[in-house]
Amino acid sequence: MDNEGPETGAFFARDRQWHPKALVPEYKTSILRSPQKAPISFSNTASEITGPAFGHDILGELDNDLIHNFAEPGKSALGQRIVVHGRILDENGRGVPGVLLEFWQANAGGRYRHKNEGYLAPLDPNFGGCGRTITDKTGYYVFRTVKPGAYPWPNGVNDWRPSHIHFSLFGSGFAQRLITQMYFENDPLIPLCPIVQTINNAAAIKQLVAQLDMANTIPMDARAYKFDIVLRGQRSTMFENKRQGN
Amino acid sequence: MAPPLDQLKETPSQTAGPYVHIGCTPNFANIAGVYPADLGASMVNEKTLGDRIDIEGKIFDGTGTPLKDALVEIWQADNNGLYNSPAETRGDADPNFTGWGRQPTDLETGVYRFKTIKPGFVPFPDGRMQAPHISFWIVARGINLGLNTRMYFSDEETANAQDPILLRIEHQVRVETLIGRRKGDIFTFDIHLQGEGETIFFDI
Ligand SMILES: [Fe+2]
Repeated sequence: MDNEGPETGAFFARDRQWHPKALVPEYKTSILRSPQKAPISFSNTASEITGPAFGHDILGELDNDLIHNFAEPGKSALGQRIVVHGRILDENGRGVPGVLLEFWQANAGGRYRHKNEGYLAPLDPNFGGCGRTITDKTGYYVFRTVKPGAYPWPNGVNDWRPSHIHFSLFGSGFAQRLITQMYFENDPLIPLCPIVQTINNAAAIKQLVAQLDMANTIPMDARAYKFDIVLRGQRSTMFENKRQGN
Repeated sequence: MAPPLDQLKETPSQTAGPYVHIGCTPNFANIAGVYPADLGASMVNEKTLGDRIDIEGKIFDGTGTPLKDALVEIWQADNNGLYNSPAETRGDADPNFTGWGRQPTDLETGVYRFKTIKPGFVPFPDGRMQAPHISFWIVARGINLGLNTRMYFSDEETANAQDPILLRIEHQVRVETLIGRRKGDIFTFDIHLQGEGETIFFDI
């Protein structure tokens, strides 16, 4: 079977037991923002299978370098320098090329550059907190940043988010759209976090934890973390019932 | 026991959180100079074919309060019912129409707004025609897995009555939650996350 060109078959059904449920009362904001009726299922049409393509030409040179993309010339963001890299795979285990990844995060002190953010940790004048890249032919991506700090948030009296980076992923189809978060190996806040714990399955949580990757660490510069992400797979179109002339 | 299927599990979702704008619409979040423009901010240009429309609305929580920290993405066919996508197998879409839009809800009012065109007809896999529609995807703090829904058009009553997806909805009284209401060239499409009039969400 030809492995070139975009997939055009229907996506595998989403495993809604593996994802967090809409309503998880321990994450208080979900209580008023969770649909209460069952979602209605239907098989994919062109509206779900297709999606926009993002060309590498939209990317600026520093888009995947959060240490420098907001910094004054000659300056860089404060914090522990890290490289985050990995592959975007589909559920069939194939690398997915052309995936738009967008990431955002707090600075090294746990502070976001956002109007609604009030944590007392200071902003870093040389850190914006956003970056993006597009996977290559094999589904590989890489970016450079500083390790985000943990921060407190209003949920329980004393809830802290573990260090994390938010990821938005755009594969080939609109039904593949995914937003998630990456955590760091051995962070003691992971099991305490109500947002992590919206996922009620240890194996699924493990998928969100990046591992320290000493082999790819850049000596005297930055540690590397490896984080692979899996997007929904697609059925082969060779099994689809096709109408004559379609 | 049979050997396990050699298949991976989709990475689980996590909420977009309150600061989704930093990553997805940084210019809107006043993080200037990193990207020239926010992706998805503009769907049309002066050459785009089709009837120009605006779509606007609010997203309401269970108390009827609009969300002011949500992000909405839409995906739709062009004037001829073709998607501007490498996965489109039926022909070439209008090169002057992206089909994809991304907008935050306003930080003060909660209103989202898209400037787009009315889409054409897209077939269902069995060959019947779907009524013109726009796919929506909504993320925000408190939403653990992005919500998929569709907007249909109030001025397409005949097509809506034959739409294969609308027809299979058991509680037909809920279909109206998927209809954008036309006033001039503006369609209003409010989304209710729960409560009376909860919008139909799809598992696609
Ligand atoms: Fe966060």
